[in-house]
Amino acid sequence: MRGANIALGATGLAAFLALGEAVPRLGLVKEAYFPPTSRIAEAFADELSDSTFWTALGDTLTGWALGLAIAAVAGIAFGVLVSVVPYLREATASTIEFLRPIPSVALIPLAVLLYGTELRSVLLLVVYASFWQVLIQVLYGVQDVDPVADETARSYGLGTWARIRHVLWPTALPYVMTGVRLAAAVALILAITAELIVGAPGLGKRIGVMQASQAVPEMYALIVVTGLLGLLINVGARSVERRALAWHQSVRGEVAV
Amino acid sequence: MHALLDVSGLQKVYEGSGRRVEAVRDLTFTVDTGELVCLVGPSGCGKTTLLKCMGGLLTPTSGEVLLEGRKVNGPPPGMALVFQEYGRSLFPWMRVGENVELPLKQKNMSRTQRRELVRDALESVGLADAAGAYPWQLSGGMQQRVAIARALAYEPQVLLMDEPFAAVDAQTRADLEDLVRGLWRERGITILFVTHDIDEAVYLGERVIVLSASPTVVQEQLKVDLPDERDQLHTRVAPRFAELRTHVYEQIQAAKRGEAEPGSPARSVT
Repeated sequence: MRGANIALGATGLAAFLALGEAVPRLGLVKEAYFPPTSRIAEAFADELSDSTFWTALGDTLTGWALGLAIAAVAGIAFGVLVSVVPYLREATASTIEFLRPIPSVALIPLAVLLYGTELRSVLLLVVYASFWQVLIQVLYGVQDVDPVADETARSYGLGTWARIRHVLWPTALPYVMTGVRLAAAVALILAITAELIVGAPGLGKRIGVMQASQAVPEMYALIVVTGLLGLLINVGARSVERRALAWHQSVRGEVAV
Repeated sequence: MHALLDVSGLQKVYEGSGRRVEAVRDLTFTVDTGELVCLVGPSGCGKTTLLKCMGGLLTPTSGEVLLEGRKVNGPPPGMALVFQEYGRSLFPWMRVGENVELPLKQKNMSRTQRRELVRDALESVGLADAAGAYPWQLSGGMQQRVAIARALAYEPQVLLMDEPFAAVDAQTRADLEDLVRGLWRERGITILFVTHDIDEAVYLGERVIVLSASPTVVQEQLKVDLPDERDQLHTRVAPRFAELRTHVYEQIQAAKRGEAEPGSPARSVT
């Protein structure tokens, strides 16, 4: 079953790549703007042997990872704090609902004013966008604490900190994982956007440079790289999730009792 | 000499959304060291409310609970609770051994001491080899055994059990009842066992406290003069057992109708 699915998936991908090869060759679209698959693959291989490409990739990953880490830590810490301290959630709810819908890209001018083309510019946008993804999930997760589990913990004399650690955190963890996975995808989008628009060093900036210098196949090759990055990030996040939540009913599967 | 557990004049009124519900009106009773007391009452009579007040999880509206002469303001260290909902009371993210060990980490105790208590507690509920399993890999009856082991390892002065066997099948229930009696006799612990099952109350208890319908008062206290050695087969068909259970049953029926012993108001006014 699994093998058949993999085979089907591979066939579909091969067909898509073949279509990308055939359509420009048949003259259905302009080859100058839509180079055939083989041409993109060639450019891709060239990129891989270019050290400036690897620097750009490193810059993008640095902005992504650092931004995501800051957003995750801040989102988790703030979410738990808001839920644990009485009245804080009610007091912050309206502010959160106001700030959350602001698209991160609307902050690009601010980022440029503050930090120019530095890494911090990317971080500002990445952190702003990812923070909400994590925070919202943490807030939901913390509400999911089972009253019986919490009463059990209280009756055994577990203090606030011990209950956060042993009851609240494991309950919220599945939500936190989802939040971080979503944030990881958003962070990549914002990192590339910031580089492309602001001109901070990274893959986004390199895409812009390729476009400006009419290196169309190279531009496509870089776009493919960003797609692959997104894919790897999602696969990685899911495997971390499966390991950390082996006990959770969404992961553990059927149990013989 | 104080009673180990002393409940006096306990009242609990829930107020909210324009409704005032007097769940518990006026409860006074004591439990002595080493006793096994069963609290039985009609369903919805505030048994759980009472237990939560005793366990320091709820603050009573008036009256007080004393454990060894000290007023209960929050969960006291000398008390352990076993809940009816074992599946929610055990933590699915911890293995059985970790579940049992967690409360001990709040006490100043060395790792070896903790391990020893966990091993001993699991052994005495017959789950010595289940320490490495997750609770959700066990059957319902086994999960409740784990919850009991967790309470035993905590070494409480009094063990409060809130309808612990209401959610397991009849055969498992009989086994667990014998387990509780066995533990009580071997370890000499003090147990307050809340149930809605009259047979269970009479079979297990040395003394049965019958509660009235809500708003709750003590309807009657009854000494169970069955022999110490009890077993499912013979005790339950003994003439004395039948007499006692009939008596308790009548009391509960009377409580439901609102007829009380003279002097204790049981009419509901909300």
